[in-house]
Amino acid sequence: MSDMTDTGPVLAADGTPLKRSLARALRRQKMRALMLIAPLLLFILISFILPVGDMLYRSVQNDIVSKTLPNTVVALESWDANSGELPEEAVFAAMATDLKSAAAAKIHTKVGGRLNYENPGISSLFRKTGRKATKFDLEAGIVWKDELIDINDGWGDPDVWRTIQTYSSPITAGYFLNAIDMRVGPDGAESRPEEEQIYMNLLKRTLWMSMMITISCILLAYPVAWILANLPARQANLLMILVLLPFWTSLLVRTSAWKILLQQQGVINDILVWIGLVSDDARLVIINNQFGTIVAMTHILLPFMILPMYSVMQTIPVTYLRAAKSLGATDWTAFWRVYFPQTIPGIGAGSILVFILAIGYYITPALVGGTKGTFISNQIAFHISTSLNWGLAAALGAILLAVVLVLYWAYDRIVGIDNVKLG
Amino acid sequence: MSGLPPYASTGQRVWYYTFRVICGLIFFFLIAPIVVVIPLSFNAQDFFTFTPEMLRLDPEGFSLKHYRDFFTDSGWQAALWNSVRIAPVATILSVSLGTLAAIGLSQDHVPARRAIMAILISPMIVPLIISAAGMYFFFSRIGLQGSYWGVVLAHAALGIPFVIITVTATLVGFDRSLTRAAANMGADPVTTFFRVQMPLILPGVISGALFAFITSFDEVVVVLFVGSAGQKTLPWQMFLGLREQISPTILAVATILVVVSIALLTTVELLRRRSERLRGMSPS
Amino acid sequence: MKVMKTLAATTALTVAAGAVAAEDMANELTLVSWGGAYQASQNKAYVEPYLAMNPGLTVIWDESSAEAVAKLRAMDEAKNVTWDLVDAVASDSMRLCDEGLAEELDHNAVLAAAPDGTSATDDFGDLIVSDCFVPQIVYSTTFGYRTDMVGAEMPTSVCDIFDTTKFPGKRSLQKRPIDNVEWALYCDGVAKDEIYDTLGTDEGVARAFAKLDTIKSDVVWWTAGAETPQLLADGEVVFGSTFNGRLFSAIAEQNQPIGMLWDMQSFDLDGWIMPANLPADRKARALDFLKFATDTQRLADQAAYISYGPARASSAPLVGKHAELGIDMAPHMPTDPDNSGNIHVYDYEWWADNRDDLNAKFEAWLAK
Repeated sequence: MSDMTDTGPVLAADGTPLKRSLARALRRQKMRALMLIAPLLLFILISFILPVGDMLYRSVQNDIVSKTLPNTVVALESWDANSGELPEEAVFAAMATDLKSAAAAKIHTKVGGRLNYENPGISSLFRKTGRKATKFDLEAGIVWKDELIDINDGWGDPDVWRTIQTYSSPITAGYFLNAIDMRVGPDGAESRPEEEQIYMNLLKRTLWMSMMITISCILLAYPVAWILANLPARQANLLMILVLLPFWTSLLVRTSAWKILLQQQGVINDILVWIGLVSDDARLVIINNQFGTIVAMTHILLPFMILPMYSVMQTIPVTYLRAAKSLGATDWTAFWRVYFPQTIPGIGAGSILVFILAIGYYITPALVGGTKGTFISNQIAFHISTSLNWGLAAALGAILLAVVLVLYWAYDRIVGIDNVKLG
Repeated sequence: MSGLPPYASTGQRVWYYTFRVICGLIFFFLIAPIVVVIPLSFNAQDFFTFTPEMLRLDPEGFSLKHYRDFFTDSGWQAALWNSVRIAPVATILSVSLGTLAAIGLSQDHVPARRAIMAILISPMIVPLIISAAGMYFFFSRIGLQGSYWGVVLAHAALGIPFVIITVTATLVGFDRSLTRAAANMGADPVTTFFRVQMPLILPGVISGALFAFITSFDEVVVVLFVGSAGQKTLPWQMFLGLREQISPTILAVATILVVVSIALLTTVELLRRRSERLRGMSPS
Repeated sequence: MKVMKTLAATTALTVAAGAVAAEDMANELTLVSWGGAYQASQNKAYVEPYLAMNPGLTVIWDESSAEAVAKLRAMDEAKNVTWDLVDAVASDSMRLCDEGLAEELDHNAVLAAAPDGTSATDDFGDLIVSDCFVPQIVYSTTFGYRTDMVGAEMPTSVCDIFDTTKFPGKRSLQKRPIDNVEWALYCDGVAKDEIYDTLGTDEGVARAFAKLDTIKSDVVWWTAGAETPQLLADGEVVFGSTFNGRLFSAIAEQNQPIGMLWDMQSFDLDGWIMPANLPADRKARALDFLKFATDTQRLADQAAYISYGPARASSAPLVGKHAELGIDMAPHMPTDPDNSGNIHVYDYEWWADNRDDLNAKFEAWLAK
């Protein structure tokens, strides 16, 4: 016995070494936890992560060019785009072959549309040539260089061929470059001309406005959360209905209501004119600009700030403030040194929620933001449903998502996502 | 804390009332849009405008025609029915899966807890337009686009983070020795869950369910992409109402929903007070 | 045997001619349109009569025309097209046709001839802008103005939009370059037939934006057709561009103090396309409906509910009175000679090439 206690392992009741027994118990516990999580994890992976990943992949996907124009892509490999010369006849013949089969399958316009994003005019070049391409006679020994240029002189522009060559690989950085206001020029990546720069400014504006919205939410939510946490339950619950009511009103209706309130012939201006604060011909412009977006979105997101703050403030004992005051602190010192620091987790939780939700909004800014108050999401939506440049939409989305993930990561480090409470 | 003590100084008094006024203004800010919407829903015109007749309180300026429109128009009725068919199912799905997972997450020693949490929360942090487009393309590919289940699955995914957050929060304060005690006394895990754990975390589950329900009931971006004519929900119909023909019918719908939700919230509050009284508790 | 063969041959012939027996047609028809008053006019003018003729049929409306191209593309990627006929504007229909997403049609074979025997292609004339497209209506984007707010003198020219001294106040314009840059160049003194040549150069684009710059601070931008009538009704704007049918309904049905400015109205077309490669029974149903819905009488009937011009020449004389208000519809049509003295027809081909480029420049200009 004595030598066992010295060297042998400690045994559990059933005779297995305690270490192993504990490890097994721990493993079982882990398994049970994972079994509980697994269904949801699987559900989220299939119904959410995969779709989002699929969408983001479009930001680099470019196999349409090499799939539709396989012979041309190979033939173009040896051509030097910077020579300023047209490619040789073999490339034109390859293009004729590719166009004939693409036009028969009616996919030539798709590749034209893709390349048109990079070089305006290619779309009609492919469309017009495609109409004749089904009748191309590939065996007749035609000189395709002359024939194609004859059909449309666009084929005589080396720049067109350079575009095809640049975008012939199945993976492209083109959409991402476009999303940061750059493009592939003759000498590699370069900035777009100033009159075409949109997205970086828009991203900055989105971040700045989301911050303004978050700050105004903090300022408005703090007193409300405080009064809710400190009133007797009966009154607090009734006031809570006022906080929850906007939640139950459709987002679209609330946004339209803000339109009615804020426009120049709207309710607020009417009241200001009526009480004489503003003259009738100098009505305030408080909609279709950044101010309109900030007001409407602050209203929409305010409950997301109030609820976490409220749940944190509820847990702070009133006695702390009394103790501080009885020790001689003024009202302000007691609040600022004792009460406020304890509410910071609530402010943090609310801020991150509001900021992340704000950054992705697009319906409200579209309705009340005019031109200066719209967000980058508006451009994403525009490219998905109107301009149909899905690759660019995906690239913009990926950038936006990256920003949000960095924020989330920072938040998780500083506050911890477990500390977010909603009501 | 709430009342003003009799020994308060003038400064404190002034501050006390100023603070109340500020809070009152913020509450007014919260409900101002609703206050505007309700009278406009009785507008006799087809625009969102306070007409001179309305301002004069002339009965000519008011009408119930937008309410009639809502109750007789087949498009609105179909939309209402679709919302009622989709939101509860999506809610049940996200609440059941979400509660289980939250309980799993609250155990000790969960491997890769941070990563799992991040994945489960992701539907809330990924901007809606990206989720919508992604689901649209992906669901198209697997044949779910434009189907009832496609919309339900999408809405369930969007509601899950709210359930996870609220249930995890209640579980933080949950005393684990209670389940051990139940197990000790011979209850199997299922009984333990439904008889011991569930009643205690119920408030968290209910508030998570409310968020999930509202997420689905007021969701317009994803359904526009994932749904088709057969799944046109109320928010979608409202969106069309705003885009194609601005019609105060959407204000009538909003008013009806506000009245219903006030009734619901008040009932819940009254029931809560009643149960407190029955249990002999003083209002906390 | 011989009789059987002849019978089989004649059946094949009748099938080819499009006269398919009712039992070979699908009992469900999914129509995609724009919602609102326009869809209502289609419903009253030809869907309800068609349903009355075909008792077993159900029609499902999908209000997705605004996203028609995006959704059809995704459906095509998924090989699961659920739509049977899609109402689309001309430029979208050309895009869909080019991409092989819409079926090419032999217009004379699938559409009804005019009552006097004129073939469908002659009756529609050059409004058949694409092989896949069956035009229904001619509409225009034009300006309305508040008669009580513009001052003593009413605007008569589209260039009054750019004259903020004579007509102060806000104006609403559609948030896209199409139409706006053309109007800007026209009012900057470019001849109508040189507009697109001018726009083809960087200087021309800069010139258009410079002209728009003069009113930029007075513009409220709209994206949905319903916005301008609302803005005009509220008095938020003095002028606003929108579809002529919207203005008609605000003026005639809602009695708003709004006047029409027809000068340089921008003509466009709207019509049906059929998704490519539908199953035979659905295709047969869609074609049967299409033939009925685009005949001379039906297109004229539609004009009783909305002020858009029927696309068939033979329908014009049949345009009667508004179904509820009883006013004569002809003078409210964009195609009426009194209204179409000075029109702008936009170049589909040019915009197909330059839309992406100009959109980017337009967005950058807006953000400045």
